[in-house]
Amino acid sequence: MSSLPSKRFWQQRYLMLLTLPAVLWMIIFNYIPMYGVIISFKEYTPFQGFLHSPWTGLANFRELFNDPTFTESLANTFKISIAKLVFGFPAPIILSILLNEVVFKRFKRIVQSLTYLPYFVSWVLVVGLMYTLLDPETGVISKMLVSTGIIGSDTMMMGSPHTFLTLVVFTEIWKNIGWNSIIYLAAIAGIDPQLYEAAIVDGAGRFRRIWHITLPSLKPTIIILLILSVGGLINSNFDQMYLMQNSMTQDAANVLSVYSYKTGLVTGRFSYGTAIGLFQSIVAFVLMYIANYSSRKITKESLF
Amino acid sequence: MLTYSKRWPERAFDILNVLVLLALCIMTLYPFYNIVITSLNDPTDAARGGIAFWPRVFSMENYKVVFQDERMGHAFFITIARTLAGTATAVLFTAAFAYGVSKTELMGRRIFLMMAIVTMYFSGGIIPYYLVVAKYLHLKGSFLVYIIPNLFNVFNAIIMLTFFRGLPKEIEESAKIDGANDLRIFWQLVLPVSKPVLATIALYNAVFHWNAWYDAMLFGNDNLLTLQQILMQIISSNSNVSLMASNLGLGSVSAQSLKLATMVITTLPIVFTYPFVQKYFVQGVMIGSVKG
Repeated sequence: MSSLPSKRFWQQRYLMLLTLPAVLWMIIFNYIPMYGVIISFKEYTPFQGFLHSPWTGLANFRELFNDPTFTESLANTFKISIAKLVFGFPAPIILSILLNEVVFKRFKRIVQSLTYLPYFVSWVLVVGLMYTLLDPETGVISKMLVSTGIIGSDTMMMGSPHTFLTLVVFTEIWKNIGWNSIIYLAAIAGIDPQLYEAAIVDGAGRFRRIWHITLPSLKPTIIILLILSVGGLINSNFDQMYLMQNSMTQDAANVLSVYSYKTGLVTGRFSYGTAIGLFQSIVAFVLMYIANYSSRKITKESLF
Repeated sequence: MLTYSKRWPERAFDILNVLVLLALCIMTLYPFYNIVITSLNDPTDAARGGIAFWPRVFSMENYKVVFQDERMGHAFFITIARTLAGTATAVLFTAAFAYGVSKTELMGRRIFLMMAIVTMYFSGGIIPYYLVVAKYLHLKGSFLVYIIPNLFNVFNAIIMLTFFRGLPKEIEESAKIDGANDLRIFWQLVLPVSKPVLATIALYNAVFHWNAWYDAMLFGNDNLLTLQQILMQIISSNSNVSLMASNLGLGSVSAQSLKLATMVITTLPIVFTYPFVQKYFVQGVMIGSVKG
């Protein structure tokens, strides 16, 4: 089969016809923007473009590290991400274990189907639902919270920096818990039923079976997803943050991705916005590398 | 099951477990239910609040107003058009690449795959991307901006690649001996037997397009407004709604209720198709996780 490259290419011309358009697409929509990151070391002007805009060295980055709004957005980003990691990461694991323990399989299927649903609606809708249900005058949920004494009657939940973090974490869990549990349920489905039977014969109760069989078998999945989550600590959900901000919460909602968007595309400081984005990418990669490295040392599981 | 031989902590756990899961279901569904009943309530009455279980004063007024609004009609058209066109083109485009790189004999196969995988970890960020699409490709303000930048998705490509690799080689080989070229094999043999994975990817794409608002905000204009973007505008400021209402001479209709009707209408297609398609979505996650 070995032949001249040109001849081989001609033999594969139809295969190439299928493959190359996507390769070209990646060059245009992924690789040229990656190259475009150089404008964070330049002062981009629309006329001069990526290539001919004048170099400014590290000026944008020097400004960045002296910019109090940037520092604030960095702190917000980590605060929100860590809260999401602490409360949001275990949620689907717990759900999958609870579902696995359900005796009536029909009930299990119904719960699964229902909890997947919020994953498929847009963040725009979710934020709309929040404004509606948490409206201080007409919202059913805010009235319920007031009558049970959890919040004061004058609390505007969507307009308060104090409730902002709670709402961010809660809606994140609400939207994704069902969908994220699928991958854990798949891992549980792969457990050999004989393990459970043997444990029952040995007299192990429900909780010991969960602790000694279900959880250990989820460990590899948990670790891989944890590495990815740690890598994602510096990325926040742009949709959620951008849509949940209003005049009252914009300081709390100012995370890196929102700040980068606003300075770069709203105020038109393209280079400065790109510098924020580049900083974010580098930190994300370093975090993921550290998480992966420590996981390989401690648990022998790793992503790469 | 040996339900009756369980000791009491186990039985208590079973009951508690069912209660917790029921609570979760109610928490998931109630917000949807609440906007449906409030949107079906008379708007003036709804402004008093407290509609928790069923409409107090039933009325279709909100829906009449929304359906009479021209902007809504146009946004419906744009959203349906981009969902149909965007899904069909993206599925084919991504499948073509995935099929190409599923062939081990393909020249440059490792390079193409590596190029795809690198994009999972690195990106230029939003601003260079914006500049490429708007300033270099001049797609801003064109309907194509909804289609072309979304033709390819690396995660979907990997799901498809996994599927194509699992197909039996014999049929393709015998077709080759009969003189069929790769294009024909892809179109007439491979695609028809790949319906499950194509359906999965089509659904991912369709949901993406239906829910997209970000690209409409960045690259769209008034002619290219999508449903989600209108919804976003309505939610972020009530002034739009009041304007819509006063344009139609319906000052009595409260902004809040119109907002709800719009939310229901934009979400209904997803909620209705969802029960029929959810198994396909789950399949995609399974294929993806097997690979990971």
